[in-house]
Amino acid sequence: MDTVINILNSMAREAIAPQTAAVAIAVIGLNVHFGFTGLLNMGQAGYMLVGAYGFAISVREGAPLPVAILIGLAASVVLSLVLGLPTLKLRGDYLAIVTISAAEIIRFIGRQPLLENVTGAAQGIPGGDYRVPFQDLSFLGAGQTSFGPWNYFNTGVNGWWVRVVAWGVVFLGVLIVWLLARSPWGRLLKGIREDEDAIRSLGKNVFAIKMQALIIGGMFGALAGMIYVLPSSVQPDSMGRQLTFFCWTAILLGGAATIFGPVLGAVLFYATRIFIKGFANATVPDSIMNTQQTEQFSWIVVGVALMLLVIFRPQGILGKKRELQFNV
Amino acid sequence: MKVRPWRRLRASSRAVALLLLTLLVAPLTLWLASSPASAADTLCLPDDKSACLAGTIRSEEDVVPDAELTVTGPKGFEESVTTSETGKWNVKVTELGAYTVTLDEESLGDDLEALDTVGKTNVAKFKTTRAVVIEVRTTNYSGETSWIEYFTKSAISGLRLGLLLALASVGLSLIYGTTGLSNFAHAEQVTMGGLLGYAVINLGGLNLWLGGLIVVIICGFTGWLQDRVMWQPLRRRGLGLIQLMIVTIGLSLALQYVFQYFVGARSVRVVKENPETFNIGFVELTYQSVAAMLISIVVLGGVGYALLYTRIGRATRAVADNPALAASSGIDVDKVIRLVWTASAALAGLSGILYALVTGNIKWDSGMQILLLLFAAVTLGGLGTAFGALVGSIIIGLVIELAPVAHVPGDFKYAAAMLILILVLMFRPQGLLGRAERVG
Repeated sequence: MDTVINILNSMAREAIAPQTAAVAIAVIGLNVHFGFTGLLNMGQAGYMLVGAYGFAISVREGAPLPVAILIGLAASVVLSLVLGLPTLKLRGDYLAIVTISAAEIIRFIGRQPLLENVTGAAQGIPGGDYRVPFQDLSFLGAGQTSFGPWNYFNTGVNGWWVRVVAWGVVFLGVLIVWLLARSPWGRLLKGIREDEDAIRSLGKNVFAIKMQALIIGGMFGALAGMIYVLPSSVQPDSMGRQLTFFCWTAILLGGAATIFGPVLGAVLFYATRIFIKGFANATVPDSIMNTQQTEQFSWIVVGVALMLLVIFRPQGILGKKRELQFNV
Repeated sequence: MKVRPWRRLRASSRAVALLLLTLLVAPLTLWLASSPASAADTLCLPDDKSACLAGTIRSEEDVVPDAELTVTGPKGFEESVTTSETGKWNVKVTELGAYTVTLDEESLGDDLEALDTVGKTNVAKFKTTRAVVIEVRTTNYSGETSWIEYFTKSAISGLRLGLLLALASVGLSLIYGTTGLSNFAHAEQVTMGGLLGYAVINLGGLNLWLGGLIVVIICGFTGWLQDRVMWQPLRRRGLGLIQLMIVTIGLSLALQYVFQYFVGARSVRVVKENPETFNIGFVELTYQSVAAMLISIVVLGGVGYALLYTRIGRATRAVADNPALAASSGIDVDKVIRLVWTASAALAGLSGILYALVTGNIKWDSGMQILLLLFAAVTLGGLGTAFGALVGSIIIGLVIELAPVAHVPGDFKYAAAMLILILVLMFRPQGLLGRAERVG
């Protein structure tokens, strides 16, 4: 019984963790790309890394917090332009190949020992270097607050403050996407997803609209990167290809082209993984599967779940199947 | 691309589900007795009140074990340390400040000498590890390598890398050409080749040639099986190409962790011994890398011949060109695609085992690291053209290995490959050998 409660508690903790919120924001951005516009961005983790670097380095060099956030966002806009200009006129899978490559290149460059003074190389930038201005904004004061399975410091490194802000941003993101999706511009996006030529024949500049979507989704990615690193540190390897794939699993789980799908998907994704891990740990004896292997087993399940989702329920939990039969 | 009837829907779903179930249960049932190797080196883990100094003493030939070092630092800190089997050393310090590491040259033995016996570093914060570099050379080492020597060496490794990439990318390109699918799990087929090589040759003790052949056959079989139970049913189901591509991503993720589950995150070797070397002029080569290059050339030649001059090769090119037309002229498209999957997986497996032999080791994400190069090569040559993939791979291989000669530092050489990719897409999106057509 204790084990069950322990697993449930750690699932609840994982569900509201700031990093889950960060991934939810990244998935909201991916939803603008993939769900609404049909752009295959396979490098969302690259956007996150760029945002995190832009933010962390600017704060460390003494920029005020709003400026640092703007620099992080600007970095993602530059990335969108570099990736979008050569590929958005081509067939969709070119964008996929270029984005996945670009995300890896950014990670490689971040790891470069030559840049140790800027990016901290493979060691990364420790959280203490950029976290302080954000923590100083906290109005929650000192002390600790306990609520159900959640017991954190009000302001600490990984406490309530970062959680409140992270989920606040998630809420804002959902609101923005909701407003965008029901605007005329949002209808254009869906139109491009369904039939690019039809929109082109209406006299719209499809390339420009796709670029705008890429930039907006990328900015969500950059914002997600900043929140992702706040409670920890900027580790280039923590924002590699795996993270992009988690974002994809989350969006397909929750339902692409829906408003709440990304958030639901991200929360479910992380909570379920903890459940699989905890469950395997508790039920399978160590001689068959040791603790490290349960971790790997949980990732195998994630990969297989992604395949099954796409094959049997491409619309995810909240989506409409009709909306996801497009091809590029 | 193709509209397929929805017949056999139920049977195909069942086959897919069965495969996926197997994939899930495989780790449980096939659990091998290989436990991850214990770490040979002691680790230094810095915490909030300490930092680590660490380094590896190595000459241009090999790591140097049992070298003695003295670390001195603030407040009279002094500690002696001896390098491990792998030439590694580390010291934990609890004071911030400047530290000096001195190498005892006596402990190196007669055939080694230090360029500079003193290394200095400054520990500015706790919870970090500072690397201290002390360079050691063998006494007969001539530090001056001429530019032409460096260039030749790099060109040869570039050609070698290019040939190995070509083995994998030809398959990737053929799959793309015949089915329109960008297979993200292709890199895992490469890893699978290397890791199976480790299992069969290193653990199983089989002869290298026989073992290699078995590995290639197993890999080819996995390709056949994949098409039989997954890709063909999914094609029949009419699943879109984007959806299929995401399925390959899921497969890639699952396979990576299946590898990690069995082998762990460590690097493994296909053969236990260090490869023997010989010299041609000033270029030192291992027999294995020469053999790898020869095998690649022969196999690639064979693939090229088959594509150009055999009946099935012509059928493959016909399907790549226009599947509907090929089908209506009596070609069994599914059979061709099945063959393409089998051959591609076998080629990727061969590439993997050769890659593991040439670079000396393979680990769970080795394939993932070259996936980007494969895509760059395939795009550069022209998506879907087998010969384009060959040309693209050789160019990418040469660029990567020659970039350091042109003073491009370290990992930026991968950025050079990326730059090529972006330039190609901007100015010649159909690739070098692709046919110009409107692609968007």
